[in-house]
Amino acid sequence: MNKKNLFRQKLCAAPHLVWSAIFIVVPLIMVAYYSFTNADGEFTLENIYRLSDYTDTFLRSLWYGIVATLICLVIAYPLAYIISQMKVKVQTTMMMLVMIPMWMNFLIRTYAWMNILEDSGIINKLLSLLGMEPVHMINTGGAVILGMVYNFLPYMILPIYTVLAKLDRSLIEAAQDLGAGKVRVFSKVVFPLSVSGVVSGITMVFVPSVSTFYISQKLGGGTFALIGDVIEMQFQVSNNFNFGAALSLVLMVLILICMAFMNKFSSSEDVGGGMVL
Amino acid sequence: MKKFLCLVSVVLICVLSIVPAFATESKDYSHLKGTEINVYNWGEYISDGADDTLDVNALFEEETGIKVNYTTFDSNENMYNKLKSGGADYDIVIPSDYMIERLIAEELVQKIDFSNIPNYSNILDEYKNLYFDPNNEYSVPYNVGMVGVIYNTKVVEGEPDSWSLMWDEQYSGQIMNFNNPRDAFATAQWYAGLDINSTDGADWGKAYELLKAQKPLVQSYVMDEVYNKMESGEAAICAYYAGDFLSMYDNNPDLAFYYPKEGTNIFVDSICIPTSSQNKEAAELYINFLLREDVALANAEYICYATPNKTVINNDDYSFKGNEILYPTKEGMPVTNYFHHLDSQTQLMMTSLWDNLKIDGNENTGIYIGLISFCVVSLALVIFVKVRQKIRASYYD
Repeated sequence: MNKKNLFRQKLCAAPHLVWSAIFIVVPLIMVAYYSFTNADGEFTLENIYRLSDYTDTFLRSLWYGIVATLICLVIAYPLAYIISQMKVKVQTTMMMLVMIPMWMNFLIRTYAWMNILEDSGIINKLLSLLGMEPVHMINTGGAVILGMVYNFLPYMILPIYTVLAKLDRSLIEAAQDLGAGKVRVFSKVVFPLSVSGVVSGITMVFVPSVSTFYISQKLGGGTFALIGDVIEMQFQVSNNFNFGAALSLVLMVLILICMAFMNKFSSSEDVGGGMVL
Repeated sequence: MKKFLCLVSVVLICVLSIVPAFATESKDYSHLKGTEINVYNWGEYISDGADDTLDVNALFEEETGIKVNYTTFDSNENMYNKLKSGGADYDIVIPSDYMIERLIAEELVQKIDFSNIPNYSNILDEYKNLYFDPNNEYSVPYNVGMVGVIYNTKVVEGEPDSWSLMWDEQYSGQIMNFNNPRDAFATAQWYAGLDINSTDGADWGKAYELLKAQKPLVQSYVMDEVYNKMESGEAAICAYYAGDFLSMYDNNPDLAFYYPKEGTNIFVDSICIPTSSQNKEAAELYINFLLREDVALANAEYICYATPNKTVINNDDYSFKGNEILYPTKEGMPVTNYFHHLDSQTQLMMTSLWDNLKIDGNENTGIYIGLISFCVVSLALVIFVKVRQKIRASYYD
């Protein structure tokens, strides 16, 4: 019976495995292949050597990604916590409100921010109506980070909210019975139990932030480039697939390192906090 | 858009179209009924029925019974990638000059049977035998344009006539340049009197120095955002295509346009048939259809670019007839040159210079400090957690 079950399990997993193989593994192998070859398909390390010219661009992208992720976390955690404490009916409405902007296309929303932040945009028009000095916002790093936070915030709220809403309330009650105050309940019980949500939220915000190109082009005014812009240009303008692939490969490795670091952090936190699951 | 003129011309077009539809089709194409053609064109580059314009593809389907699968691209290079990878079979593509040169060299487009395109006689002679197709075998001109400088008359004083306006410190923060290396470098190359198709590294270096000097004055590097920013007055000076200026001018009459005296680049977008075409006969029928007076007129009105079709240029219903921006007189005609396909070495040099331009002048020390302190803080946190874990574990021993 066990064997039969095992076979069934494998059969069920087969479509997923085939899907992953074709659309994840094969493209990854192609990226690696292109990185180490030149246009004629010969082996070369030239693409890798050239990467050193882009150290600053990589660092800038990482930094913007980190800042955007931290801001998202600071906004999203309290929000998710507050929502999870509300009545169930209100909770669904609130989550709806979080989701609604995502129904609109990401490109259009970013384009709209361009009009809002411009020197002659909505905010500055309002300020001048109120008799205040205009603030220069567009085409700065801050505008790009704002774009990232705005666009990716729901991806942080959702996983944290899901974990907090499913939290076993008896654990909180137990902590309270044992004499823990509000702060202690939160820091010793609620937060450690929600770390898995925080980690997946960070992953879902950090990865697209680091690799974005559209936001930096529209809100950054093209005066500086993020690594996503450089990669995009290799494919769209220079037709240099090999170097574009090398850049993508390094970006992937960098993200993997960050994620590995994150996971180490979270797993140790789980044990330290006494994860029950 | 000049709504009224549009409406009038559309009505006229509709009336006119019924007559030649039957008159010109001497050859029998009825066997093509029910077949399909795949058309791959620039975005916003055909009259599509919006705002009461003529829906060119629908009209073609109606007249011939051939279904048109219409898709668009946003750069020549994108189009090239699609065509080269063989992911899709197109019967019609409409790339620009330098890309056609490359497509012909790589045998991605095939010779057209011009005997099936009687309307080719509508094309002006000056747009035949162009450098990328010297014997007129592969391409049929669709649209023509030149780059010029657009400026806001409320901000810019006097009547500028040179590329130097884009380097004028007086207008710092109001200037925009292309966010695409080839076009951006061309502005500097024309300003410095360099060849836009140079393969000499020193020439590109000089152009790079100019762009670097311009960067502190530049508000942003833009492509499609240019419409919004110029129309709203967010920026006052930019280089862009003449045809697009006309659509901006409709929304902001303070704008003005000139061709710089140093010269500027000209482009021709031409219709080609890829080698992989499955329905060449229908493709040729489609090309002939696009050259027909009523269709070409509708397209010229919609796209606002200059047309190489003389039946349109001489048509009294054409709202841009005699427009000096689209069709400069001999005296107003600037020095022009076409882009040629750059060899891969030059291409590589250009893109790395472009990347350098983007990196140049940005303050990075803040980022270094931020990244380092972030690493230190997170490391400290990990160590703290680990130590606490150890201490707790020791309780259970």
